[in-house]
Amino acid sequence: MDLILEGIAGAITRILALDPDVLDAASTSLAVSGTATLLSVLAGIPLGTVVGLTRFPGRNLVLSLFNTGMGLPPVVVGLFVVVFIWRSGPLGQLDWYCTREAMVTAQFLLAFPTIAGLTAIAVQSLDPMLRIQVQALGATPLQLAWVLVKEAKLLLLTAAMAGFGAVISEIGASLMVGCSIKSDTRILTTAIALETGKGDFGYAFALAFILLALIFVVNAVTTWAQQRQRPL
Amino acid sequence: MTVLEARRLEVRRGDRVVVTAERLAIQDGETLAVLGPNGSGKTSLLLGLATLLPVRGELLHRGAPVTDRVGFRRRIAVAFQRPLLLDRSVLDNAALGLELRGIPAAERRQRAQAALERLGVGALAKRPAVALSGGEAQRVSLARAFAVDPEILFLDEPFSALDAPTREEIVADLARVLHETTMTTVLVTHDRDEALSLADRVAVLIAGRIRQVAPTDEVFTRPSDPEVAAFVGVDNVLPAKVEMVSDEITRLRVADVPIEVTALPPEGDGFPLLCVRPDDVVIARTPAESSTRNAFAARVIRLEPFGRRARVTLDCGFPLIAHITIQSAREMGLAAGDEVTASFKATVPHLLPRHRGGS
Repeated sequence: MDLILEGIAGAITRILALDPDVLDAASTSLAVSGTATLLSVLAGIPLGTVVGLTRFPGRNLVLSLFNTGMGLPPVVVGLFVVVFIWRSGPLGQLDWYCTREAMVTAQFLLAFPTIAGLTAIAVQSLDPMLRIQVQALGATPLQLAWVLVKEAKLLLLTAAMAGFGAVISEIGASLMVGCSIKSDTRILTTAIALETGKGDFGYAFALAFILLALIFVVNAVTTWAQQRQRPL
Repeated sequence: MTVLEARRLEVRRGDRVVVTAERLAIQDGETLAVLGPNGSGKTSLLLGLATLLPVRGELLHRGAPVTDRVGFRRRIAVAFQRPLLLDRSVLDNAALGLELRGIPAAERRQRAQAALERLGVGALAKRPAVALSGGEAQRVSLARAFAVDPEILFLDEPFSALDAPTREEIVADLARVLHETTMTTVLVTHDRDEALSLADRVAVLIAGRIRQVAPTDEVFTRPSDPEVAAFVGVDNVLPAKVEMVSDEITRLRVADVPIEVTALPPEGDGFPLLCVRPDDVVIARTPAESSTRNAFAARVIRLEPFGRRARVTLDCGFPLIAHITIQSAREMGLAAGDEVTASFKATVPHLLPRHRGGS
């Protein structure tokens, strides 16, 4: 029990003192996962919208791939990214092994299917008559997609948050491709694992609280979006 | 001048042809009601005419085939049964069509506001659309359609989801706005009263086929076939035999009862169908005078109230249905089994051919 209390006390001290190592891991986490989520949103929302609104051969296969991607094991993603960016791998000349770029790539692969898949579901769940109504008002296909994306914005926010939530708490892929180098590629999750291994529970708790706080904010925004009243 | 004309139009949903229209022409400034029972394909016809469903055949806009569908849709507007508003303010909803047409923000706000005023919901402009009642939302939906000042306004049962008082109010307001703007309108409805109060002409659609297109009065008084007759409320469609045709009168027999009408029988048809609207049948307690035309001794078989009226099924030697007010039924103390006199004027009935060729 003492161990836990000491750990919590140590955590509070470190957070209040704005411990540079804690802030560093937190800011790296936010930068890497934020960038990965942003890229996934930029790619996933347009692609998810197209898949959600159009009918083409192989559409169900694409949706199945999105769904599979939502449950992709991070270590498997980590393995594939490492193989690709390994010095002798197909993208070896990028020299991305143990860099933030590699981590962003791995996290992008984890978040993208989630965001694209949830986007497809979101635009598909809009009233089909709404689509006809917007077309009837003279929308071009692009205008139609834009109006529907805006209409589904709360669900898309949920999709983005789900993507962010998945990568911010992920450890396997980030550790494998980023190597958890202090002040560079060390993020909250890899730092927690490392400090816990070293027995520095105060540090580990401090990092864990920040991670929990981030996840809480994500979920609070998602809940707000989901609970907001839907239009007619 | 014909604004929109459909020739040999087939509207498809998936692989199925759901509506065919041999020819349907919409004239400048008119209100054409597409009237038909539920499931007859009215909405599909409207969606086909508005290029929102795939069609085969010809669709001509002012004589030229419609090829640029988006361009065509920017000349029309459609309001549906449900308001289908976006999660935005009322004003932004009313301005959506203008926004899609690339109208500058200031102008579209002003035009949308004017349309909202016209439909009596100008005061709600700043409210979020989610906060509206059903009637308000439907007015906003209509304002959104009016705001683009369409060449043709398509309305797909825009009142059927509303409660009766709200519906009556909106129908009255719409009738006024249509009258003020002389906007060409295609109104899809299953409601005969809506067609009667709004339409200049009526196209009757039954089972995916247009059966009659004619001025509203004519459709209701001279339906083209028994099914149209049944749908527009001509409940008495009786097989008759022509006995004599003169300049003024056609003498018929319906189940051996002599009847005289001013309508001429269909050419060469000695066995037409006699159509009488139930509203045109008069019931009296006094016995028929032998000199009166088309007055029959009748027995009341059934008396069924509907709304403020009663449907009376009579046996006059042939079955005859009459609609009278509940009040007059009460005053006469009418009950099943009573002996009464039923009559209708000779000018009232019209005659249909028994066997129709084609549609």
